[in-house]
Amino acid sequence: MSSVLYDTQGPRAKRRNILYTVLFVLAAAAVVWWVYDGLAEKHQLDWVKWKPFFAGTQAWETFIWPGFQNTIKAAFFALIIALPLGALFGIGRLSDHRWVRVPGGVVVEFFRAIPVLLLMIIANQAYSEYTDLDPDTRLLYAVVTGLVLYNASVLAEIVRAGILTLPRGQTDAAKAIGMRKGQTMVFVLLPQAVTAMLPAIVSQLVVIVKDTALGGAVLSFPELLASVRPMSANYGSNTIACFTIVALVYLALNFALTSFASWLERRLRRGKKSTGAVVGTGPGGELETIGAPSLNMDDGTAA
Amino acid sequence: MFDFLDGYDLLGAFWVTVKLTVFSALGSLIWGTLLAGMRVSPVPLMRGFATAYVNVVRNIPLTVIIMFASLGLYSTLGIALGSTDIKGINFRLAVLAFVVYTASFVCEAIRSGINTVPVGQAEAARALGLSFTQVLRLIVLPQAFRSVVNPLSNVLIALTKNTTVASAIGVAEASYLMKEMIENEAQLLLISGVFALGFVILTLPTGLILGWVAKKVAVKR
Repeated sequence: MSSVLYDTQGPRAKRRNILYTVLFVLAAAAVVWWVYDGLAEKHQLDWVKWKPFFAGTQAWETFIWPGFQNTIKAAFFALIIALPLGALFGIGRLSDHRWVRVPGGVVVEFFRAIPVLLLMIIANQAYSEYTDLDPDTRLLYAVVTGLVLYNASVLAEIVRAGILTLPRGQTDAAKAIGMRKGQTMVFVLLPQAVTAMLPAIVSQLVVIVKDTALGGAVLSFPELLASVRPMSANYGSNTIACFTIVALVYLALNFALTSFASWLERRLRRGKKSTGAVVGTGPGGELETIGAPSLNMDDGTAA
Repeated sequence: MFDFLDGYDLLGAFWVTVKLTVFSALGSLIWGTLLAGMRVSPVPLMRGFATAYVNVVRNIPLTVIIMFASLGLYSTLGIALGSTDIKGINFRLAVLAFVVYTASFVCEAIRSGINTVPVGQAEAARALGLSFTQVLRLIVLPQAFRSVVNPLSNVLIALTKNTTVASAIGVAEASYLMKEMIENEAQLLLISGVFALGFVILTLPTGLILGWVAKKVAVKR
């Protein structure tokens, strides 16, 4: 195998690689042994602690499933509300009118610069001071509000990038056949941009799902992560087992979403019907636009 | 108007945020570079490990990692990271969690930087008879580092914002103080405004300066 860093390996390099492999295996085995030893010493590997998850469904039904439902609920509402808002601001930033473009840009940049957690805490306090929602609904509202404010601004950037990836000829052609600006946007640019944006939107959903966990940790919104405390209290402080299972659930959910996003991206890149423009998610989680000016995205790496 | 600030150590809280960011940034830069090295190495096993690490860690919420550091590592396994008072322990656990999480993004940023260097560059260098270290030192890394500035600055900004999650395990940084203040003072708008501004001040210049640097050093292709 050859790459920018190394050529196809000869016999000496192959021998050296085998040596590195052996050293790596030894180091990894030492770490695994150290972890195993530490866990066994504190009795965290005893069958009693893991039994609730593997024998019977009570732990799943009582703790994990309700938490999981709340996680999905918050993420779903956040996406549904943030999408149109984001589209509005994304298109607003592309406006020809300065008085639309500039405020839109300020709002988007402002909410992208603030941590989601801060927005959630503020929203929670605002709801408890100015409304008389019952606590359960209030927490859901607070979590969703925080997620919407942040993700709408990120989605605005995705929408903007999606429209900017389209070839200039599309706008020119629309103008040539006498379409107005609104018509160009609605009938020519948006439909193409939406397909180009799909993978990035699905990837953003992963960020939203991950951020719902903030609500559980700081506001005690009863989502998946928050189910760890009652669960480990109920099954004899099996903290390690609980965290492992909960992390695996998050992992499975997000991995499915990530795979779906990259499948979509590959499919759209291959597709012949569209212009082939895709707003993908870059390796660092930042937006990567193909055939458009590069954008500064700091999302994806959010909590 | 600003007398609600009396009795609260606003600068101190933001100073903790800055310290968390700096220590975590250094740690994740080191661990992330090591991971990137493994991820592009010719040894299949190391490549597999680094790929698996990145894919697993990126798909788990940071909040889960940081709560695990506190409840799992410290409370259950008694790992205190060489600190004795609870404040120091929580701070170190938070930094550890941030390093574990952020390193996966650093790794991907560096790898993408290396990938931007066309293979032809290295092939030409090899054809000239340069050795492996020479290819790396003179041809590949200088180009890779320059295209890595922008993604790394995005990771740094995200890290700055992510440090607020440390309040979940009781590290007294900015969001921790904010929560305390808005619960005790009847000045919701002003207090949130002050803290929001604090984060804008922390993240905006980082983005502008590093964005400028990235443009300045970018490799024109």
